[in-house]
Amino acid sequence: MALTPEKVKQVSLLARLQLSDAELELMTRQLGRVLEYIDKLAEVDTENVAPLAHAMELSNVFADDQVAASLPREEVLANAPKRDDACYRVPAVLGD
Amino acid sequence: MSSLVEQTAAELLRRLQASEVSATEVASAFLDRIASHDEKIGAFLSVWREQALERAADVDRRRAAGKPVGLLAGLPVAVKDVFCTRGELTTCASKMLEHFRPPYDATVVEKIEAADGIILGKTNMDEFAMGGSTENSAYRPTHNPWDNERVPGGSSGGAAAAVAAQMAPLSVGTDTGGSIRQPAAFCGTVGLKPTYGRVSRRGLVAFASSLDQAGPLARTAEDAALLLEVIAGHDPLDSTSANAPAARYSQTVSQPLEKLRIGIVREHLGAGLDAEIAAAVEEAIRVWKDLGAEIQEISLPHNEYAIATYYIIAPCEASSNLARYDGVHYGYRTDETKMLAQLAAERKAAEVNPARLEEIDTPLVRMYRQSRSEGFGAEVKRRVMLGAYALSAGYYDAYYLKALKVRRLIRQDFDQAFAKVDVIMGPTTPTPAYRLGEKVADPLASYLGDTYTVSANLAGICSLSTPCGFTQSGLPIGLQLQAPALEEDRLLRAAHMYQTATDWHLRRI
Repeated sequence: MALTPEKVKQVSLLARLQLSDAELELMTRQLGRVLEYIDKLAEVDTENVAPLAHAMELSNVFADDQVAASLPREEVLANAPKRDDACYRVPAVLGD
Repeated sequence: MSSLVEQTAAELLRRLQASEVSATEVASAFLDRIASHDEKIGAFLSVWREQALERAADVDRRRAAGKPVGLLAGLPVAVKDVFCTRGELTTCASKMLEHFRPPYDATVVEKIEAADGIILGKTNMDEFAMGGSTENSAYRPTHNPWDNERVPGGSSGGAAAAVAAQMAPLSVGTDTGGSIRQPAAFCGTVGLKPTYGRVSRRGLVAFASSLDQAGPLARTAEDAALLLEVIAGHDPLDSTSANAPAARYSQTVSQPLEKLRIGIVREHLGAGLDAEIAAAVEEAIRVWKDLGAEIQEISLPHNEYAIATYYIIAPCEASSNLARYDGVHYGYRTDETKMLAQLAAERKAAEVNPARLEEIDTPLVRMYRQSRSEGFGAEVKRRVMLGAYALSAGYYDAYYLKALKVRRLIRQDFDQAFAKVDVIMGPTTPTPAYRLGEKVADPLASYLGDTYTVSANLAGICSLSTPCGFTQSGLPIGLQLQAPALEEDRLLRAAHMYQTATDWHLRRI
C-alpha cells in the first residue's frame, strides 16, 4: 500500500492538522518508510489469535455511584485560551 | 566524606535520620548543583527553588519536634514534566502546553509529597514523551552528562541526566516503549519500568494509555526500590491501576535470590548489537554464574515484530489521546484574526470555482488544524498522522487489529519463557548514546533503537536497566532485566545482587 501525498493530505484533515506542501512531501516519505517496515507484520500468522488491546485484561471496573465535588469552574477555565465568565469561546460554528 | 550530591538516596536518608545533615542542607546542595551544572546539561525545564527549601525546612521542623515524617523525608526528587503539578507549569516539553498550569496533582506527585520527598523541579523530555533522545523537546535538548555532544536518551532524558549529573538523587519518569530504561542505560543510572498498572497514571499526561507507566530512576536498585515503594499501589481514580498489594520493596531489596534462573535470548546478542555492549552483557552473564545463577537460553520468537507492533499501537492511541489539544479547553491557540483573514482570502480565491469552495475548512475546523499544527512539533505530528492513518477506514484491520493480534503472541512468548526462567536478561539498547542530531532526519532509525525495550510494554511486564559497563570512549552500557507482571520485588532484588558484585553503578561523571 504505497502512501501518496493525496492520502496524507486526506489523513491530515482527520488528524486536524494543517500541513504545508513541504511538510506534506516530507511526511509522505517518512511515513512511507515506516509503513514499509511495519508491513513485515504480514509475515505473522495470526489466524485464530484474539486481539490483545490491553496487557491487563480487565473488564467493567466499577466505582461506587457517589456524589463528589468537581473541580471548581474557575480553576478549569483558567487555562482556556479564550473564554467568557462561564464558557469556552470558539469561532462561529454556524454560517455568518 | 563525599559531598552530599554524590551520595545515594539510601546514604542521604540514613544521615538525615541520624540528624547528621538537615533536609535544608540536602535540598540546598542539589539546588546549587542544578544552578552550577544545568545550563550545560539542560535536564530541568523548571526549578522549584523556593518551594523546595520551604518544604525541606518543614521536614526539618517536624523531625526536630519528633513528629512523624514520611518514607522519603527530606530526599530531593526530580519529576518529569509529564506529571501534572497543581498550579505549576506542566509543559510535556511542548509549545502546546507552554503556559499550562494543571488544576490538580498527579497521584504520583501527591504520593511523593505525602512521603515528604522534596520536589526540585520538572525535567526535560521528548515532546509528549515521543522520542528516544530528548531532542524532540520544544524548549532545548538535554545533553548526556558523560559526553555533552551526545544525547541522554529519552523520552525521560532529563530525568536520567539529572540523576547522572548529581542534580537529584531520585527522579520519576515514564516509559511507554523504553523511555525510562533507555535513558537510564545511556546515562549510567538504574531505571525501572514497573508492571503496567503498578503505578497510577492519574495526572500523567497520556501518550499511549495501554502502554504508559511511571517509574523511578536512581543510582542503585536500593534507591529505586525506595521510590517505587512510595509511588506504587492501587488508585481508585485510575481504573486501569492494578488492584494488587504493592510490596515493601525497600525492606526486601537486599535479600539475595537463591538459585535464580536467568533466561538469555541468543538472537539479542547477535546481529545489530554493538560489539562493546555484547561483550559487557557476556561479562554480566559470567558475573551471574559466579553469583550462583543458572543461565538458560530461551526464545522469544515474536520479539522481532515488537517494533512494528508498537509503532502501530502507540501512534493509534496517541492520535486518539492527543485529540484533546483542540485550542479550546487549554493549551495553545492560533491567532484567530490572522486565521480568519487567511480563510477569507482562500474563499475569495475559490469564488471562480464553487467546487473548490466546498473544500475550504469551516472556521472552527481551521482553528483546530492551525492551532495543532503550530503547537505540535514534527515527531508528534508524525505519530498523530501515523495513528490517524492506521485507524482510518479501510486500514484498521490491516494495521491496528493485526498489531493487537501480534501483541498477544508477543505476550504468550513471555508467558512461555517465564515458565522456565525467573528473569530474562540482555542488553537494554543496541548502541550506546549517539550524537545529537545523528538520527533527527531518520525517524525509522530512531524507532529501531527501541528493539529490546518495547516488548515489555506490549506484554505489560516489569523491566529494569542497570549499569553493566562502559565503552572504550567512556559511555555507559545498560543491562536489561525483565520479570513477569507484578514481580518488581524479584527484579529489584536481582539488580541489587548484581550491584553487590559490580561497581558500574557507582561510577560518577
